[in-house]
Amino acid sequence: MFRVTDRPLNLQELVDFVTDPEAGAIATFVGTTRNNNEGRRVIALDYDAYPEMAEKELRRIGEEASEKWQLCRMAVVHRIGPVQITQASVIIAVSSAHREAAFGACRFAIEEIKKTVPIWKKELYEGGELWIGTQSGQPLTGKLPP
Amino acid sequence: MKIRVKFFAILRERAGTAEVTKELAAGTVSDLWKSLQKDYPKLDVPGIRLLYAVNQSYVTPDHQLADGDEVVFIPPVSGG
Repeated sequence: MFRVTDRPLNLQELVDFVTDPEAGAIATFVGTTRNNNEGRRVIALDYDAYPEMAEKELRRIGEEASEKWQLCRMAVVHRIGPVQITQASVIIAVSSAHREAAFGACRFAIEEIKKTVPIWKKELYEGGELWIGTQSGQPLTGKLPP
Repeated sequence: MKIRVKFFAILRERAGTAEVTKELAAGTVSDLWKSLQKDYPKLDVPGIRLLYAVNQSYVTPDHQLADGDEVVFIPPVSGG
């Protein structure tokens, strides 16, 4: 399962998906919205994605992880749209016979997501908004983009 | 030839549109970007480092475009 969605994420759904009788381990990673970043008080994050390509890149990450580790099943779901403080923006779940593979693939997946998957976060903070990574800040104009 | 361009994130805001169809003589991704910057001067974000995708795969800026291609200019990604 490799997808982007505008709906709240459900950890149990991913754990159920990777549950496998051959597995002795399930590792999960949950990325959440933090209330501060580089000294700014963050109100929310707003994610945009190129969905068709993002899902394709997520599948590629899954294939690469399966070449590096002996895995049973893997699932990655990334949320788009507004994500409030404490809510999950991304969940990864990996099952494997032994724990090293599940931990390794989980870590690998989140690091790769941050490098290659066409998903962008806009930080809405007290006093402004910022597309992370673009160095281009601008005064807060009011509402979230559609 | 007709090229379909989709804008995301900061580039969508700068262009003021999510999608445009561009009529172009033969050319590369880089040529298309230069042409779009004339149509939408605000696309020129100072210091931005772009990647390029044609039909949902990363390509280099010298990639030759073909009729019907879908092109996306990818600002620094920040998922997770």
